[in-house]
Amino acid sequence: MVEFLIYLAAALTGLALLLALYRFVKGPSTADRVIAFDVLTIIGITAIALLALLEGRGIYLDVALVYALLSFLGVIVVARYLERGL
Amino acid sequence: MSPMSPLVFGITLVLCITMIGAALMAIRAKRLPVAILAAGLVSLVASILFLVLAAPDVAMTEAAIGSGLTTFLFFFVLARIRGAGHGGANIDADNEADNKADSHD
Amino acid sequence: MESLLAFIGGVLLVAGAAFLLLGGLGLVRMPDVFNRIQAGTKATTLGTLLSLAGIACLQPAWALKLALIGLFILFTNPLSSHVLARAAHRGGAEKSPLTGVDRLADDRRGDQA
Repeated sequence: MVEFLIYLAAALTGLALLLALYRFVKGPSTADRVIAFDVLTIIGITAIALLALLEGRGIYLDVALVYALLSFLGVIVVARYLERGL
Repeated sequence: MSPMSPLVFGITLVLCITMIGAALMAIRAKRLPVAILAAGLVSLVASILFLVLAAPDVAMTEAAIGSGLTTFLFFFVLARIRGAGHGGANIDADNEADNKADSHD
Repeated sequence: MESLLAFIGGVLLVAGAAFLLLGGLGLVRMPDVFNRIQAGTKATTLGTLLSLAGIACLQPAWALKLALIGLFILFTNPLSSHVLARAAHRGGAEKSPLTGVDRLADDRRGDQA
């Protein structure tokens, strides 16, 4: 039962990744793509946590921690660029 | 070599599709910020794929250097050279209306 | 008891993934940049937090690290979405024709006058 739920969660996460990728490819402006990039990073964090659960290795979560910090910094830098400040 | 579970195989497949799409976009994008973001996305997916290959240290390095530092550095440089050259007209094609309001360089 | 906790974890995991999917769907379907920021940030924040909580139920030993990741996401995600919305507004992103009120633009005009 739990195994099936994990499979379902992984499938839904993969679908969300493809949807965000569609917006990243299609998005008319740069701001759209930055949003899509942010969402893709967050989905990536979930995917990494799922992978850690599947493989049973807690060390993988450190990578998710790095991404939780980096996505914030990345969006700030790009937003400053779009605002023509930096 | 242990056989891959079907779930991990599916995750790998989706990630590979994402990576190829982002790589094609990084090559073909007309605007530089979009190309930089696409390159960052390639890095992100690459680091998750390193995790699939059971290499968390490599994945962490890829996350910090490839997806983080390189993208920031590119954007810093892009902001530096903005308005300096004559040929770099495409850099800001996104904010053209804004450019017209300012004086042209 | 053990299996009940695992079942709760699995349900939380699926709920979180469903919110992630809804966030992605909103990202595709919404008409302009600001609506996409709404859909893309709030739904995915909740989805990630639920997923991390589910994994914490399935692997109680990792709860501390997962809580740390969740805390970072909870702090940084609204902030980054706000900064991005402000940058998009300043960069002159086009609004959907359904948008009725733009208080920030009103404020700007008031400042200049």
